[in-house]
Amino acid sequence: MNLTFGAYHVTKSYQGNPVLKDCSYSFERGGVYALMGPNGSGKSTFLRLCALLEDPDHGKITYFDGGRVLKKDIELRRMITLVLPKVGVFNTTAFKNVSYGLRLRGMKRGETEEKVEKALDFVALLDKGDQNALTLSSGETQRLGIARAIVIEPAVLFLDEPTASVDRKNTEIIEEIILKMKKEGGSAVVITTHDGEQAERLADYMLIMRDGEISAG
Amino acid sequence: MTSILESFIKAFSLILHLNRELLGIIVLSLKVSGSALIVATLLGLPCGALLALRSFPLKRLIITALNTFMGLPPVVVGLFVYLLLSRSGPLGFMALLYTATAMVIAQTILAFPIISSLSHSAIVGVDHIIRQASMTLGATPFQVSLTIIREARYGIMSGVIAAFGRVMAEVGAILIVGGNIAGYTRVMTTTIALETDKGNFELALALGIILLTISLIINFVLHVVQRRGMAGIER
Repeated sequence: MNLTFGAYHVTKSYQGNPVLKDCSYSFERGGVYALMGPNGSGKSTFLRLCALLEDPDHGKITYFDGGRVLKKDIELRRMITLVLPKVGVFNTTAFKNVSYGLRLRGMKRGETEEKVEKALDFVALLDKGDQNALTLSSGETQRLGIARAIVIEPAVLFLDEPTASVDRKNTEIIEEIILKMKKEGGSAVVITTHDGEQAERLADYMLIMRDGEISAG
Repeated sequence: MTSILESFIKAFSLILHLNRELLGIIVLSLKVSGSALIVATLLGLPCGALLALRSFPLKRLIITALNTFMGLPPVVVGLFVYLLLSRSGPLGFMALLYTATAMVIAQTILAFPIISSLSHSAIVGVDHIIRQASMTLGATPFQVSLTIIREARYGIMSGVIAAFGRVMAEVGAILIVGGNIAGYTRVMTTTIALETDKGNFELALALGIILLTISLIINFVLHVVQRRGMAGIER
């Protein structure tokens, strides 16, 4: 499936405060997109709308398969995923956290094992599989969030500030993971960051969000 | 003082030489309270989840009512069930009065508000980020709800165990609706009340010790469950 998507004249307000003002952008290719901008510029809101977690007040987010517009149903939602800045791990082992998305899709325990181990290995957490996810460090938690997302092999992966609350070492590991994903191809990755240098290191395409408006960088 | 000591010695002797009658009373107590707990959990958990996860009219009122009913006096429940099941009552045709089933009904009414109210609190207490994380991974609304309930499992289990403690120790309701019939509806708490009246302290003490032991076990399990949930040490 050749999944592409776009935001068209999207606006969003919270309690009367406009966060996004007439944002339009077409994500027509694969690769890594970096959405940059200062805190409060609307990056996270834009990502949440693109990930179909919320609806815009006006305008629309549309996904395409080739030229065909896709319905916003559970099938589409299962092709995209968003890793939130606060990951929200489940009170169980790291292994079960990663297998969660596969089990939602009806995959049997025996089938999930290999995929989960591969995902945990991808984010350098294979040795933590049996550990309760709540006891992981913040960097490890972010990596677990990425493993939980990539195991379901999404067509589009949104990463909201993946390195905002982690130390230098974990930032480097997470950047390596994103570069590995970029090299392997497959998913289109959209990350938000306010670190311009990081965006340059990782992204194929740069976007700037300022005062609720988006533009190509 | 000597007579109390003697009573204790005889009570321990009764426990050690667990006779058929004593064993029957203990088994019936566990059966009645266990059945009530299962029914109350099957009704109370979905009710608590519904209150926690959905919005509908009168929701606040229902939550307040459930919180109030957690302290429901057992004799009032006994009276209510008695009126329902008595021959002239609306359910009199079922001939359930003075049966173990009537006792299960009374204890279910006592356990239901505890389980639903504590389940509601446990589910409401789950971090809202869990809902979002679940959605981002492709969960349907029903799967999101199940995930949130699963995250609240330790709190829910605490509620179930607390309800079990309450019904096991209860005497007023089952005495009214069960009638304390030997070999039929006589359970630990009603036997203690009867034997104390008769001055047969040995049997009452023996059952009291057993009841206390069960209560200690329940509390120990509750403590372990809560610690496990707090520390997140499931391996």
